[in-house]
Amino acid sequence: MLASIFGPLLPLTPDQIDLPHILATPGMQSILGSDELGRPVLDRLVMGAQTSFLVAVWVVAISAFCGTMLGAFAAYSGGVADLILVRIIDLFLAFPGILLAIALAGVMGPGIDNVIIALSIVGWVGYARLARAQVLTLKHRDHVAAAIALGQGRIPIVRKHLLPLIAAPLIIEATFGVAGIVIAEAGLSFLGLGVQTPAASWGSMIRDGARYMLVAPHLVLAPGVCIMLVVLSVNLLGDHLRDSLDVREQRE
Amino acid sequence: MNTGYIISRLSSAILVIIGVICTVFLLIHLIPGDPVEVMLGESAHPADRAALRAALGLDLPVLEQLINYFRGLARVDLGTSLHSQRPITDILAERVPATLELAVYALLFAVIIAVPLGVVAAIRKDSMLDVGAMGFSLLGVSIPNFWMGPILILIFSLWLGVTPVSGRGGVEHVILPAITLGTALAAILARMVRSSLLEVLNEDYVRTARAKGLPESRVIWCHAMRNAWLPVITLLGLQLGTLLGGAVITETVFSWPGLGSLLVESIQKRDYPVVQGCVLVISLAYVVVNTLTDLLYVVIDPRIRLGEGR
Repeated sequence: MLASIFGPLLPLTPDQIDLPHILATPGMQSILGSDELGRPVLDRLVMGAQTSFLVAVWVVAISAFCGTMLGAFAAYSGGVADLILVRIIDLFLAFPGILLAIALAGVMGPGIDNVIIALSIVGWVGYARLARAQVLTLKHRDHVAAAIALGQGRIPIVRKHLLPLIAAPLIIEATFGVAGIVIAEAGLSFLGLGVQTPAASWGSMIRDGARYMLVAPHLVLAPGVCIMLVVLSVNLLGDHLRDSLDVREQRE
Repeated sequence: MNTGYIISRLSSAILVIIGVICTVFLLIHLIPGDPVEVMLGESAHPADRAALRAALGLDLPVLEQLINYFRGLARVDLGTSLHSQRPITDILAERVPATLELAVYALLFAVIIAVPLGVVAAIRKDSMLDVGAMGFSLLGVSIPNFWMGPILILIFSLWLGVTPVSGRGGVEHVILPAITLGTALAAILARMVRSSLLEVLNEDYVRTARAKGLPESRVIWCHAMRNAWLPVITLLGLQLGTLLGGAVITETVFSWPGLGSLLVESIQKRDYPVVQGCVLVISLAYVVVNTLTDLLYVVIDPRIRLGEGR
């Protein structure tokens, strides 16, 4: 039922990636009005979408890759490496994520590169923990023992025999991760720590628009609705992925 | 009974706290280039720079700086603010009550909304009510608080004029910030209450209670919820970090004079020692609450023998 109500929203996600093409089409410019400097809001939204997705893709790619590698190898190797990783994970989890990201971005200075770095530093932990837990349950399986008996090294075993098995939960985690990063990036930009003018981010649009809220509420409404729709559709996509992958696990 | 577990939990908490302090200390070394130059600006007089460098202890070897930082902490001394020249502990002490007030109200709001919503959704599983409640929950996690805040201000303060726009004062001041901060938590909590209660409702003892002819409300509240609370409490502890992190943005939206807005102001003023202080206090509070939650869990549920087998 829920899926059928919100289902039509799902294709929104690819739409966001296609949006830059709309920019070229004339006649669309006044649809959402203009901001305080007369810049068309729709165009700014498109720029904001690009910022959002640039940051989301980079952060999820970096943190998922680093986190998975660290988690998988530490769990497979065990011993001191694993112990150290667990301590580091504990340490990172001791900070409220967005707080650490705000502090890091604040200290490193504003800018989109620093936002990506700050969010990646905070983000890898979740993937590392998940990959570690998964590998720990899998590493004593027969096929891994067989690979060891065949004399395969550590790297091919993790890459060929473990990573494919733990990919599904990591992909689900990464999907929800995109939603989290979109909100986090907008949040950092809202605080003035993200992209700098004249570049646009949905977060900085909300911040700038809030000043003119009484006369021009659309400046705040439009970017907020964008964030909400993207996050909502990504979350729904994640739910669907989780459900479909769960079903397969049960059948096995 | 679980002394071993309690001791191991406490010792790991202490390790984490030491790690947190080291990380916060290292934060200032992340500033690209020369921190003193960033703080004072490029046109600063060399003598001023040298003075600040000495005052911050940045001229010493890193290890010695770290030891000094710990020594300062032991004396409850976090240094002085570069901007106002006041002791940072004093500034933090002024801001803590406001953040606490906001967090407590947000938590209250979340629990008041989420528990009935989750319970109703669980009892009437797959009904329109359930679908509606879960739809609301999904919406709740998808609305960023820096957007919800301005929208609430627009509706309730500017159009309807029933609440103040910003600042701290009586209860009417805290309503909008608390709703803004608490909504995401309420959404997550409602889902948790629902799934937790659904799980418990299938247990034999609930069937027994029903078979005894107890009224349904008694079955739910006295029998089922007692066990359903456990995962909910853990979640509350874990989500507190998100709440404290969200407070940074919410406080900024509403000009709420708490730790979060202090953090943002200090970042803008490049007052990095104060930034360190804010991050330290919020993170330590988070570690302490998480540790307490874990310990509380053992106290509430004697069946649990964590620490073993994990």
